[in-house]
Amino acid sequence: MAKTIENYFDQMRGTRVWRSVFRGGTGSSTLRRSLAIQQNVFLHLFSTKVRRRMLSFSATWYLGTLTLGTFLILVSTGIFLMLYYHPSVPQAYADTKDLQFVVSSGLFLRNLHRWSAHAMVFLVFAHMFKVFYRGAYRPPREFNWVIGVILLLITLLLSYTGYLLPWDQLAYWAITVGSNIAKAVPVLGNNVHFLMLGGNLVNANALLRFYVLHCMILPLTAIVFIAIHFWRIRKDGGLYSHQSEPKTLAAKAVPAPAGAVAKGAQ
Amino acid sequence: MAMADEKKTVTAGPVDDVSRREFFVKLGLGSLSIAAAGTTVFAYQFLSPNVLFEPSPIVNAGKPESYPVDSVTLDVNSGIYLIHAKEGFFALSAVCTHLGCLTAWKPELGIIACPCHGSKFSREGVKQEGPAPKPLPWLRTWVSDEGDLMVDRDTSIRPMEYVRV
Repeated sequence: MAKTIENYFDQMRGTRVWRSVFRGGTGSSTLRRSLAIQQNVFLHLFSTKVRRRMLSFSATWYLGTLTLGTFLILVSTGIFLMLYYHPSVPQAYADTKDLQFVVSSGLFLRNLHRWSAHAMVFLVFAHMFKVFYRGAYRPPREFNWVIGVILLLITLLLSYTGYLLPWDQLAYWAITVGSNIAKAVPVLGNNVHFLMLGGNLVNANALLRFYVLHCMILPLTAIVFIAIHFWRIRKDGGLYSHQSEPKTLAAKAVPAPAGAVAKGAQ
Repeated sequence: MAMADEKKTVTAGPVDDVSRREFFVKLGLGSLSIAAAGTTVFAYQFLSPNVLFEPSPIVNAGKPESYPVDSVTLDVNSGIYLIHAKEGFFALSAVCTHLGCLTAWKPELGIIACPCHGSKFSREGVKQEGPAPKPLPWLRTWVSDEGDLMVDRDTSIRPMEYVRV
């Protein structure tokens, strides 16, 4: 039975239409499997080969992947929420309440968006701690750490701009306080404050600006930097593995019995 | 022949250190940077709204008789206190000088307190504790021709300038 399904798949992967989309072709040779990664626009950002040990939970705790997961959840639930939310002063709060109480599955989508947002901030920090304490930020990966810091800032800005959108008391005063913190910037403070809010008060312009930042500018910037972040993993020699670092390899250059190598490779 | 002549004059000329290619590269980069500077200016102007639909800074606080002596009245919408002290009337900004939260009058303690970060002020706006860097400003207050108390939220005055009606 299983054999038959596999045959169907193989047949499908042999068709002209399939081959026009996925050039790699059928079969499971190393070449085919490499091509499957290399010739896919999304997957080609990653290495075609990964050490099996680096795919285990203990190597990374999957923190980066989980962060991407929350980001994808946030993008998809956010698009759904946009269908019911008007970024205007008279409607924003009412729409938020409608999403909670009137729209079918609105409560689920909004809560999923909210909890994923919290989870993403937590995961970004956890990811950074893991990278830091493993020493994975060190050369040649120092630039990817910088990209990561930019992504941290984008995450926090996304969180901050999203905070205003329900237009409740919490949102209003949080953004009042936050924008007044920006005002404390030397020399440029007042201009930054005025540009950020599109006025002197948290008002209709501020709501619209934060909405555009939250739904367009920041997510698109995030996607660009996420792509660079992933591509740099490949360019910087794959996921950081202490055992394959040049220094470690040099220290281990003493010939060891075959059994010890196999143990180290696990 | 003519070409050779031209070459000769060019090499002999004092402006020879810039070749035609370098000249155009500089011209191109120069115009690009002018365009970039212009774009920055236009972007800044575009992002700064020219018309604001914000409430007027001048607030009509109504008749002075409606404020009993020794009363502190907070107008939540305009963010001002209208205070009728024994010495006369004055208006105080209710917006905390720390990060802009709306403060509240605590009659049982006789202080103005900010709920956000715990700044406390006296009834005259003098900071008593907390992170606020400045006292609450006194706002220009006057009596209109109709006999209403008027407050200009954009103009602060020196403290202890009471309005007597």
